[in-house]
Amino acid sequence: MRFMVLLKADENTEAGIMPSEQLLVAMGRYNEEMVKAGVLLDGNGLQASSKGARVTFSGQKRTVTDGPFTETKELIAGYWLIQVKSKEEAVEWVKRCPNPHEGDAEIEIRQVFETADFVDAGISPDNEALRKEPELRAQSQTLKNS
Amino acid sequence: MSASDTHRAIDAVWRIESAKLIAALARIVRDVGLAEDLAQDALIAALEQWPRTGIPNNPGAWLMATAKHRAIDVLRRSTRLERKHEELARRIEAQLETAPDLEARIDDDVGDDLLRLMLIAAHPVLSTDARVALTLRLLGGLTTEEIARAFLVPAATIAQRIVRAKRTLGEARVPFEVPRGAELAGRLSSVLEVLYLIFNEGYSATAGDDWMRPALCEDALRLGRILAELAPQEPEVHGLVALMEIQASRSRARIGPGGEPVRLVDQDRARWDHVLIRRGLAALERSENAGGALGPYGLQAAIAACHARAGTFAETDWPRIAALYDALAQLAPSPVVELNRAVALGMAFGPATGLELVDALASEPSLRAYHLLPSVRGDLLAKLDRFDEARAEFERAASLTRNSRERRLLLERAAACRDRRSADQTVVNQGPGASRTPRTTS
Repeated sequence: MRFMVLLKADENTEAGIMPSEQLLVAMGRYNEEMVKAGVLLDGNGLQASSKGARVTFSGQKRTVTDGPFTETKELIAGYWLIQVKSKEEAVEWVKRCPNPHEGDAEIEIRQVFETADFVDAGISPDNEALRKEPELRAQSQTLKNS
Repeated sequence: MSASDTHRAIDAVWRIESAKLIAALARIVRDVGLAEDLAQDALIAALEQWPRTGIPNNPGAWLMATAKHRAIDVLRRSTRLERKHEELARRIEAQLETAPDLEARIDDDVGDDLLRLMLIAAHPVLSTDARVALTLRLLGGLTTEEIARAFLVPAATIAQRIVRAKRTLGEARVPFEVPRGAELAGRLSSVLEVLYLIFNEGYSATAGDDWMRPALCEDALRLGRILAELAPQEPEVHGLVALMEIQASRSRARIGPGGEPVRLVDQDRARWDHVLIRRGLAALERSENAGGALGPYGLQAAIAACHARAGTFAETDWPRIAALYDALAQLAPSPVVELNRAVALGMAFGPATGLELVDALASEPSLRAYHLLPSVRGDLLAKLDRFDEARAEFERAASLTRNSRERRLLLERAAACRDRRSADQTVVNQGPGASRTPRTTS
């Protein structure tokens, strides 16, 4: 199963202040450890919200608001995508992360939906529309004629 | 934290630490069987103590120190009071005194130990079944019960297999070292074979009701990714990882809503996993950059990559796939490769070309009970509008597969041939030449 591990922003990440050399090294080692364990699928740090934007929806209407956004603690400063055997394993890995802000920090762990979750919920992906038999027939005909 | 929470947390710690623990212990005591017993003893101690004391800050180091203390006891109490046992016990004791391990991680330089353990678990003196079980147990951190469930065999069978494998390793006096050069490549290929076997058992289960057992695919991928970091200079390791990543990227799309298999041509490519595709293509690049021509796994990964890069089935670069299969057939000739080559050539140059190759395989003894031979032949015959023969082949394929989901798909295809056949006859009856009209689909 997969988990998206979300690092919350703080004043420094929002101000675009780069982490200390020491933290960068520690974080690099931590990421390397997860790579060596075959656990880390993907991950990135995110730039300050001042470089981002929001699109809000209201019915058919879309409104674009440029950053920065004020509610710092609700913002995301980075993410890891990991593949593990259980939520407990995800927690164990996150506990091993060096404190990302050196002061107070919060990391949120969220499980990614997998096909089985949809099947369990009784939702079937729309398969009928996906049948590409006509396309195949047309193509094999082309191949035959060529 | 409740007791069951703690147990789940201990499971998680075990998953992360067990392989490193066993690998480091095996280096110290030079006996894989003993190393695993010691690691298990440490786990039992954790299960007894952690619910009371809480999980230590550095659980890996705690397990290692506990296992080392246990090693000293075992070595001292050994009935064969050999001098080397006493020496070993004294050395471990000294280690524990000078570097109590409680501050540092088990060993940052555990890489060589892990690689050695992987090579031993997949050692050629062991049967394939034993290699698979031992690899999952020692390196994947799976319990005997988990392995048994994954392979649909009784737990006692797996337990016995593991005991026997450990005994065989002891009797064969397999040296605990990493060989170099050509010998390393040879031993690695045995590891790769085991990982791909595990992956394939998960990817297209050979028996049972489920078409896929994703957990096994994930175990194989995890071990493959670990190996890629342990032996980064080996192109075939990256080749296998690339192959597994790209194949796994299709997992979501190759199961229909009823759990039935969905063929590549029918898959919704939007449901392919693009994180895995990207990882697979990167691993393929690492394989290509490691020097030399692509090996068998690298070539198969390159073929999988052709599919991954095609936005639609119609955009598939079949001539390139056919050329890659030609190379694969040169490098690792086998009837199964030949069958796949037939499919590729059939797609690239027309079904008649494919059929010619398939017919040449008809007398191949190793394919006699292989359901994909009649399945492929049926497919090619259907494309040539030879529906009666195609139906017979699909029915034969259905009778040969042991997977119930796959059987249903094959019987559906057989039924479709019957329908097409009667549709054709209607067309013929409509007038002369009608059956020659190319069918167009609208």
